[in-house]
Amino acid sequence: MPPSATFVAAAEPDALVLRAEGDWLLATAAELDRRLRALDLPSGRQVLLDLAGIERLDTAGAWLLKRTDAELAARGNAVAVANVRASLAPLLDQVWTHGAGTPLPHPVPAHHTLAGFVARIGEVTLHLARRAYSILGFAGLVVVTFLELLRHPRRLRLPALVSQMEQVGVNALPIVGLLSFLIGVVFAYQGADQLRRFGAEIYTVNLLGIAILRELGVLLTAIIIAGRSGSAFTAQIGTMQVNEEIDALRTLGLDPIEVLVVPRVLGLALTLPLLAVYADFMGLLGGCLMSWASLGILIPTFLEQLRSAIGEWTFWVGIIKAPFFAVVISLVGCYEGFNVARSADSVGRLTTQSVVESIFIVIVADAAFSIMFSMLHI
Amino acid sequence: MPSDRDDIVIRVRDVVTRFGTQTVHDGIDLAVRRGEVLGIVGGSGTGKSVLLRTIIGLQRPAGGNVEVLGQDVWRIDDTERRQLDQHFGVLFQDGALFSSLTVAQNIEVPLREHCPMPESLMAEIAATKVALVGLPDDAGQKFPAQLSGGMRKRAGLARSLSLDPEILFLDEPTAGLDPIGAAEFDRLIGDLKAGLGLTVVMATHDLDSLFAICDRVAVLVDKKIRVGTLAEHLRDPHPWIQAYFHGPRGRAAQPGAQFPPADPEMAAGLGHSVSP
Repeated sequence: MPPSATFVAAAEPDALVLRAEGDWLLATAAELDRRLRALDLPSGRQVLLDLAGIERLDTAGAWLLKRTDAELAARGNAVAVANVRASLAPLLDQVWTHGAGTPLPHPVPAHHTLAGFVARIGEVTLHLARRAYSILGFAGLVVVTFLELLRHPRRLRLPALVSQMEQVGVNALPIVGLLSFLIGVVFAYQGADQLRRFGAEIYTVNLLGIAILRELGVLLTAIIIAGRSGSAFTAQIGTMQVNEEIDALRTLGLDPIEVLVVPRVLGLALTLPLLAVYADFMGLLGGCLMSWASLGILIPTFLEQLRSAIGEWTFWVGIIKAPFFAVVISLVGCYEGFNVARSADSVGRLTTQSVVESIFIVIVADAAFSIMFSMLHI
Repeated sequence: MPSDRDDIVIRVRDVVTRFGTQTVHDGIDLAVRRGEVLGIVGGSGTGKSVLLRTIIGLQRPAGGNVEVLGQDVWRIDDTERRQLDQHFGVLFQDGALFSSLTVAQNIEVPLREHCPMPESLMAEIAATKVALVGLPDDAGQKFPAQLSGGMRKRAGLARSLSLDPEILFLDEPTAGLDPIGAAEFDRLIGDLKAGLGLTVVMATHDLDSLFAICDRVAVLVDKKIRVGTLAEHLRDPHPWIQAYFHGPRGRAAQPGAQFPPADPEMAAGLGHSVSP
């Protein structure tokens, strides 16, 4: 049987009597609240709250009684409470003496207003400028530490460097290879489809060679590595930050930049160019197989056409960008890791931010390289 | 529920818990009576929290069964499970408040889910809970990150009380609190238990809490459990239990323990943390 609660208001000669009955529980609170609110409260009278009929009571019911009592008293009534069951007295007492809380409105975030929105745009802009300045400072710190290490090469941590190269390089081979291969396949297929209309199918090879070697191979690799290793750098260093491991390193007289950042930056700068070469190869392989399958271009013909299509700089134009991208990805990844506050949710937030930032900077840098190369006519 | 009036609200029978090859609990039996405060103690790694999680239904035991309010936690279906969940509240170690919501909104989460009611009433009930756990009114507007550790625990307690549960589970309620804050928290739990008629099960390391508010104590030793009153445990010859209750900290926490008073004011300040 669902709990039911009720109250009766009766006017007796000397006082108004409110009789509460039934189960005054959370489950009946909504209904009781509605009816109590609808009640026409008297003022300046004797009021008796008769609680004899209450079967069960919880804090919600006790609060409603307390509220009614307070509202009656506020209207100048003399309120008396009668017939409280002994078993319910402790609860009623607890809520009446300690449970008088005033509900306050939920805070509204400032940017939900128009002025707040404008202010937020300004705030974000200033914040971005400060971050850019701060990342630049971090990059400078890493460069200084690196130069210091060049003077004392024994302090370079070779095991850490090799382990980083394994994690970011060797372990990334399957995913980088597969994705480059598939992009080669897709490019060859789409190129062939368009060029066939002009009877120029063979130029699919030129399209593939230029696009993959100059741009796609290295850019795709950088984006995959930003998602895979840049995020890992932030998460690793961020977790160490949460566990106070970074502080522990400092108190043990070790430089966190030297121990954690330099091996990562150097490791990625050494492996990303190699990964890009590998991606170039896999992309061309995919394109080559697709050209053979859909256009009937045999592999020797493909290679012949490829040689005539690419200049001496085409390959290097792509590869030369790789170390720069590597430095951007690893610096941003480590920088965001150090920015982690001492809470678990900031690790997640900054990891996301690090990936978005490094992909953004990589693409901007790629555009800058394109402009530079076109000015140099290569 | 038919067993509502029964004396025993939680019955654990022959529970076995394993992590991989490591056995944490090897046949645990426990019965919790209505209206008592039961403390669960044990050394680090003896599975206090694990036992608590097994009873709550968060950690499936490898064997045995757990009955809460007459229902087998691990054999009921999802609907019955949701019904049962409304009859107990849990305070996790650091409060486990939802960080994107204010304290008041945290308390309103279960109300919104289970009891349809107008916003104004919900806000009033939340404010009542905030006041009941001894937080100031404006704490309801704050986000968990803006609160101190002690206030977060109180806020977590307020949320666990939002559906007026019959049973309250506390995981290390006084861990991380300073001794004065811990003593106040003990007193708060004692008051709420008396006022709201709660049954309390708490895992704790805090000897002061044990002596201050626990009616009975369950000690986890040798993968088994020994349940009894403090007086019974004090006589138990088991070496770990002896070392636990009769070690320097155990002796200091016992009622009637004499502190060498450095100055009278300090002795007076310490007085309430060892109230009998």
